[in-house]
Amino acid sequence: MNKIIKIIFLDILKSKIVIAYTIILAILSWSSFTLEGNATKGILTILNVILFTVPLVSILFSAIYIYNSSEFIEMILSQPVKREKIWIGIFSGLSLSLCLAFLLGSGISLLVYSFDSIGFMMILMGLLITIIFVSLACLCSILTRDKTKGIGISIMIWLYFAILFDGIILFLLFQFSDYPIEKAMVGITTLNPIDLARIQILMQLEVSAMMGYTGAIFKNLLGTSIGLLISFVLLCLWFFVPFYISKKKFAKKDL
Amino acid sequence: MIEIQNLNKKFGKLNVLNEVNLFTKKGECIALIGPNGCGKTTLIKSILGMVIPDNGSINFDGHSILNKFEYRNNIGYMPQIGRYPDNMTVGQIFEMVKEIRQNSNLDLELYESFKIAEIIDKKMSTLSGGTTQKVSASLAFMFNPEVLILDEPTAGLDPIASEILKEKILKEKARGKLILITSHLLSELDDLVSEIVFMQDGCIQFHKSVQLLKSETQEDKISKAIAQILKSTSNFKSHE
Repeated sequence: MNKIIKIIFLDILKSKIVIAYTIILAILSWSSFTLEGNATKGILTILNVILFTVPLVSILFSAIYIYNSSEFIEMILSQPVKREKIWIGIFSGLSLSLCLAFLLGSGISLLVYSFDSIGFMMILMGLLITIIFVSLACLCSILTRDKTKGIGISIMIWLYFAILFDGIILFLLFQFSDYPIEKAMVGITTLNPIDLARIQILMQLEVSAMMGYTGAIFKNLLGTSIGLLISFVLLCLWFFVPFYISKKKFAKKDL
Repeated sequence: MIEIQNLNKKFGKLNVLNEVNLFTKKGECIALIGPNGCGKTTLIKSILGMVIPDNGSINFDGHSILNKFEYRNNIGYMPQIGRYPDNMTVGQIFEMVKEIRQNSNLDLELYESFKIAEIIDKKMSTLSGGTTQKVSASLAFMFNPEVLILDEPTAGLDPIASEILKEKILKEKARGKLILITSHLLSELDDLVSEIVFMQDGCIQFHKSVQLLKSETQEDKISKAIAQILKSTSNFKSHE
């Protein structure tokens, strides 16, 4: 298994897109820290940048990479290698290289300007979001053989989690504003990994007070150490479940 | 060596393999022939575990190959159209397969006679179809496998290269290896194969040794013998 991870990892590191991604992340992170005098303001700026670009790049790059390596998969499969190991190798290789790009791009500046729990939380969330969207890309690319369709589905998934989901939440909030739906809101939030990551960081930043009553509920339910643990487990489920389904499908796929 | 029993495979509604039974032994050189789309490549891919059959069993050396991968150490496969990662060089492909196979007993005969060392730095995407076939052939023979599966091996190769490949196949046959060849060029098979398997519409129509086939039809060329059988079966059908 290590051999295949190594081959894919080295192959991706050479890719110009990943290098460009690292540089863009670095520019965004360093500039938002240097432009904002206050580290907390800088973090908030980076938070929005990260929660917008990291999922998009992770899911699109991974989906395109998997489609383009169909030849590689076919070739390796005629060699004495276990089927699952190929799929695990692709997933791990993609996750490792994109996580490394994130660490080099945003991680260094975060550690320099915010060497505390917030900075670490931010890095952890960035890494988890990367892995979650690589895993979703694995699922998309196994669902359909057609490259265009698969990439289309990936973009839709990103669009849904990054933009549409918040719209739906706002709609629900307005429609049911007469009812006490704050607790239900927390439940609905767990359906979106990006929101889950965002709330975790906001909790750390102590700016939940700005979110009013809902913020207080969030603080009550997710701000505690048990809440922290639960949201961490939920984020782990978010990458494990899509990947597990895709692995099952890959084991039965005809090439 | 390889035993296939009641193998079935459907792609959607299309029945690609229909109750296929095939028994092979060491030292045989089997030609798998039949019209386009009769299921030859699917059968080969099922043996390699690339296509998962709906039901039926494939045994390799007496063990089922279902969910196994170690048995592929003993198979050298040369695909019909070699598909390799575009941005890897020829050398990297060889290094990668060597690393996966971990076999120190290398057979570099084809590697040398096809002069692969001269193109070692070229990217796979820049190679012509024939050169890609040479790379595939060298890879298939390199690790001294007990079974060689060659899907249209000489298609796309120039006459000199295909002659080199045929000599190599004969040499490996003499060493007692099992060789499975699919081909449409029946004239090329004459001096190579010892058995003929004829497939049509996903079924194996017959599996006979070349000698038997020739004596039954009283022809001395495989191509003529096959043509005669096809004629007689179509006559038979039209009389019905």
